[in-house]
Amino acid sequence: MIINHPLLGPRDSQEFTYLGDASLIDRPDWQAEDAVDRFYDYLYERENPAGEHRELWFHEQGDRSWLVVTRNTLTHEITNVELARDVARARGRGK
Amino acid sequence: MHNLAAITPLGGANAREDRIGGITIAEKPDRAMASLATRMGRDGDVAKAAKKLFGFALPEPGRMESKGDWAAFWTGPGQWMVTAPFVSHEDIAPIVKAGLGDAASITEQTDGWAQFDVDGSDVVDMLERLCPVPSRRMKAGDATRTSIEHLGCFVLCRVTGESFTVICPRSSAASMHHALSVAARSIA
Repeated sequence: MIINHPLLGPRDSQEFTYLGDASLIDRPDWQAEDAVDRFYDYLYERENPAGEHRELWFHEQGDRSWLVVTRNTLTHEITNVELARDVARARGRGK
Repeated sequence: MHNLAAITPLGGANAREDRIGGITIAEKPDRAMASLATRMGRDGDVAKAAKKLFGFALPEPGRMESKGDWAAFWTGPGQWMVTAPFVSHEDIAPIVKAGLGDAASITEQTDGWAQFDVDGSDVVDMLERLCPVPSRRMKAGDATRTSIEHLGCFVLCRVTGESFTVICPRSSAASMHHALSVAARSIA
């Protein structure tokens, strides 16, 4: 499987490690009133789609960037790769 | 003062050089190294100070640059490895730190790594047996991190298709030398 790295171009997937669902970016506010419930959902509730799935990959044997990869779990076709940093910033995180 | 003899990453008094078929594998202990990591929001300051100190703009992703004593290659977003001759820049980290101030974090790396220059017209055939980077498509000045025999290392292209540099963890220098030698013998 080849992952088209946004900075470095096509790279072999053996250079990457897989973390899981890209929703892990949206870590709840630990000070919120309902923090316990929200962390329960954050940790345990996952979609398990047969089809398009957004997931976090780490370029461990490369430039160490976190990527958000949109992959079809049925065909392994990768339709989009973004830097996780850009995704998080687009959701108003960081500065 | 102790009178200690310096040894190379492979443990010799002198750098080792092997010729296997058309490929030369040469240990290169003559470069001092330091890593440069941009502090948050200081990209502009780093770019400006680095250009003044090194005489060239820090390279784009996947590239290396050099001028005079200094060379640098990109290692990650906002991060580079900077190298210079060991004889003149043994204390490379404080030199770079003085040039960049508090815009970047500088870490001494010289003794953490072992450098091997691999040269020859068949060198791409050898690299293709060792690592997943597209070495045949790499142009002079391309630099990237990858893994060879499960070792995280850097592969730099000095001359397209002919001359590459492999930089691996110093503690694994002998394993890397073995891997390079086996791959070279398999095509010699």
